[in-house]
Amino acid sequence: MLDTLARFGRLGLSALERLGRGHLLLVQILLGIGSLLTRLGLLISQIHSIGVRTTTIIIVSGLFVGMVLGLQGYYVLSQFGAEDSLGVMVAASLVRELGPVVTALLFAGRAGSALTAEIGLMKATEQLSGLEMMAVDPVRRILTPRFYAGFVSMPLLAAMFSAVGVIGGYFVSVGLLGVDDGAFWSQMQSKIDWGEDVINGVIKSFVFGFVCAWIALFQGYDAVPTSSGVSEATTRTVVHSSLAVLVLDFVLTALMFGE
Amino acid sequence: MKMRHLEITVGFFMAAGLVALFFLAMQVSNLASISGEEGYEVTARFDNIGGLKVRSPVSMAGVRIGRVSGIRYDQTSYEAVVTLSIDPKYNQIPDDSIAKIYTSGLLGEQYIGLDPGGSLENLAQGSELTLTQSALVLEEIIGQFLFSKAEENAFSSDP
Repeated sequence: MLDTLARFGRLGLSALERLGRGHLLLVQILLGIGSLLTRLGLLISQIHSIGVRTTTIIIVSGLFVGMVLGLQGYYVLSQFGAEDSLGVMVAASLVRELGPVVTALLFAGRAGSALTAEIGLMKATEQLSGLEMMAVDPVRRILTPRFYAGFVSMPLLAAMFSAVGVIGGYFVSVGLLGVDDGAFWSQMQSKIDWGEDVINGVIKSFVFGFVCAWIALFQGYDAVPTSSGVSEATTRTVVHSSLAVLVLDFVLTALMFGE
Repeated sequence: MKMRHLEITVGFFMAAGLVALFFLAMQVSNLASISGEEGYEVTARFDNIGGLKVRSPVSMAGVRIGRVSGIRYDQTSYEAVVTLSIDPKYNQIPDDSIAKIYTSGLLGEQYIGLDPGGSLENLAQGSELTLTQSALVLEEIIGQFLFSKAEENAFSSDP
């Protein structure tokens, strides 16, 4: 009886401990920006491996998500004779929700897991402690550039996703389903608000970029330095990032769009 | 050479992201048409505004000339006070114009339509539209219809 209680307590304590370590690491990473600004080359090469190489999957999935939205939206809207609003539906759902959220989920799967595996392996092969031996702070040298690269890349990727998605929706609805070209764009422009919809979507993607990069780096840095530990940490990154993104999306949506 | 290649691809990536954002701003959202935002403001009082919202369009002869910039409730007269922001390039609107609340289509949103009056004075910042017509509330119309129908039946069934 007492044993189970003790195990339960140990679980709670270790969870709290992890949370504390995560926040301490975050503070260290954020403070590293000063030294990062003097070595922009590090940031650029990380944006390359985190952002640029995620572009393909983002653009292809954005195109297909937009096309599917066009098809499905047409099916419902044509029952009310409101096909002209198809542009609004496609653009609103992309800019407000799907753009930031799907980009963040893909980002967690494509870039977040790679970050965790890379850093976990660095830890397992003692490269991080090697850096420390040479009086180089591994957090500033390794983690900070990766964190800021993720933070910068995510909004750009989300914007690309939404823009390509709208173009995909345009191809399907105007090219395939015969929605009027002018109505598609003009309805969209009159209903989608720059501040209310687009900027809020961009804010969302900044938040998601922050959280995904943080979780990925912390899981890697905190991984048990064995091959099974790294694999577990990679799995945890994807699971935790996806859950965090979906929960935060609900909170942010309630704050931004709830009246 | 390696570094230069990296820099070029990253530059391309960031430019593509910004172009996408620009596309969202100009082609998808209303940022392009927001420039004429600073219009002159006039007020109008309605008994019932129905489903009118802030940012609803204000139009004249079907052309959009401004939008609703504020709605509040006046406790002393029990009326809704609606502030209309009208584009400054439309400055030839008679000050006895009638403001009516219309619905675009059967399920569409509500908007304010201005019907021009005959006055020689024009609307300016701070003027008030005194002639207004409230929104049609569907329930009231149905209620009136049922009432008159019942009255009709009462008369015809009388011997």
